[in-house]
Amino acid sequence: MNRKILGFVLIGVALLILPHVLTQVGTAWVRIANLAILFIFLSLGLNIVVGMAGLLDLGYVAFYAVGAYLWALLASPHFGLHLPFWIILPLGALLACIAGAVLGAPCLRLRGDYLAIVTLGFGEIVRIFMNNLSTPFNITNGPKGITGIDDVSIGSISFATTDSFFGIPFTGPVKYYYMLLALLLLIIIVNLRLQNSRIGRAWVAIREDEIAAKAAGINTWNVKLLAFAMGASFGGIAGGMFAAMQGFISPESFVLHESIIIVAMVVLGGMGNVWGVIAGALLLSFVPEILRYTVEPVQMALFGRQLVEPEVLRMLLFGAALVLTMRFRPAGIWPESRHRREMSEARGAGA
Amino acid sequence: MSSSVAVLLEACNVGKSFGGVQALKDVSLTIRANEIYGLIGPNGAGKTTFFNVLTGLYPRDGGEVLFDGRALDLANPYRVAEAGIARTFQNIRLFGSMTALENVMVGRHVRTRAGVFGAILRTPGQRAEEAAVKRRAQELLHYVGIPHRAEALARHLSYGDQRRLEIARALATEPKLLALDEPAAGMNATETAGLRQLIEGLRADGLTVLLIEHDVKLVMGLCDRVAVLDYGEKIAEDVPAVVQKDPKVIEAYLGGSIGG
Ligand SMILES: Nc1ncnc2c1ncn2[C@@H]1O[C@H](COP(=O)(O)OP(=O)(O)O)[C@@H](O)[C@H]1O
Ligand SMILES: [Mg+2]
Repeated sequence: MNRKILGFVLIGVALLILPHVLTQVGTAWVRIANLAILFIFLSLGLNIVVGMAGLLDLGYVAFYAVGAYLWALLASPHFGLHLPFWIILPLGALLACIAGAVLGAPCLRLRGDYLAIVTLGFGEIVRIFMNNLSTPFNITNGPKGITGIDDVSIGSISFATTDSFFGIPFTGPVKYYYMLLALLLLIIIVNLRLQNSRIGRAWVAIREDEIAAKAAGINTWNVKLLAFAMGASFGGIAGGMFAAMQGFISPESFVLHESIIIVAMVVLGGMGNVWGVIAGALLLSFVPEILRYTVEPVQMALFGRQLVEPEVLRMLLFGAALVLTMRFRPAGIWPESRHRREMSEARGAGA
Repeated sequence: MSSSVAVLLEACNVGKSFGGVQALKDVSLTIRANEIYGLIGPNGAGKTTFFNVLTGLYPRDGGEVLFDGRALDLANPYRVAEAGIARTFQNIRLFGSMTALENVMVGRHVRTRAGVFGAILRTPGQRAEEAAVKRRAQELLHYVGIPHRAEALARHLSYGDQRRLEIARALATEPKLLALDEPAAGMNATETAGLRQLIEGLRADGLTVLLIEHDVKLVMGLCDRVAVLDYGEKIAEDVPAVVQKDPKVIEAYLGGSIGG
């Protein structure tokens, strides 16, 4: 028990120092870490829908878009509104939650592949809406996107500039890092608590056997809708932070490809297990970036010229990693404890 | 509570067909409170279909079901569970990768209230409810005789234990009527004897049991009254001794085997 606490403390300290170490390597790496945390938000949200309730949602990026656009519209010169983050962020979670329920409701009677296709369609519809809501009233500024989005500011501290505390410089990205870390802690706690609750068990029961769940007295329609809504709200928060960090958003940030990456993070890491999903999100966020920076120099050193484009190799390795994981660890790198319990039990029985 | 001869469930002209197959033809039957009521018939007679209609899993073509003096809402399975009917499945349906304990805890869903916010904020109410759910689930595992399997995954239980677990999950919904679809199927003699004891115990504890069973000896020994379905029609309903001698029933079973 004490060792567990010690472990948490060590991880905590490491996470607190990390951005300053990364700054030494290059500010780009702090931004990459920030984006990785955003993808953890997204994966944990989608984990509720796909991992726990077993509903394959391929349009999840729509809720990311809702959160991002809400922030962009309420805190930018576009409408001349500049609301503070503590209003927009909860509002974004709420709006995404409502969008989740509205888009989820017509899909709930569908299963498996059909659900995947319809949600994929909804995801695209939301993006196309953002693309076209520039006439007759210019709401989203169409494909040009929205620029000059406000950074977060807390009191007199703006996340746009560098400040020094105790002689240590805190750049904008470093400040975002700490804010995201705090939000992440919150989101993990919410996820863990949901998992071990009446509603969480109902989600898993539906995933395991929907007919038995119904017969056991679960109002499956309501509970599935709740999964869509709760999952979506995480996406809304991630979207808001994304808009603030980037300062610019356009419909291009919310394409199908993003939804698929998020699904891959959930599946690769271990559906249903919070820690596995986090591992999956980190892996699929960092490995491609590391490759981006290493592929070219390594090839130059080895062959004296570039044989394979970094982008090509990146996707190749990405695909190979997914295929290998699914072949050798079909339940994910770090599966749900229920599955792990099963493994150890099977070994125990075999001995 | 009403007196012991009161009617608990009254099905009136329940009909169901699948394309050309009429699986249930105007089936009417009456189950009295606290009795063990058997539903038998040859394979394909419509017994399971009757369960599926009764628990709202299949939409019915016609007919009504009165339960505990009120018309049963058959459109939503969870409403049926709420009203007090719980069931098991002929081909066991458990939540395979949840533990036995969690399976039973799921059965408490319909009698508990905690929502998303309670869970996120860990309100005192939610925590108390969660503890009570767990305690009740443990009691029920004990009741059906598998307390030592609480932490095992449902899919790793032996066949007989899975049947027991399914009964525990059904009991967790606090039913007035427990409907069991061939609970002894695939069980050996010892397991069947244990099951029989369990069902008798349930009745002693005030429950009403609706039992589909192929094991004629079990049905005849256990049930107060028996209805016989054949090609979707009820051809007999009486005490076992009378049903056993009914020529129509003997014919439906192609003679002999019902005498067992
Ligand atoms: N879901 C279904 N779709 C089509 N036909 C069905 C379905 N369920 C049952 N049937 C048909 O209804 C009849 C009754 O089946 P069932 O109720 O399972 O019989 P029993 O449980 O008495 O053996 C059979 O002819 C069966 O083929
Ligand atoms: Mg049957």
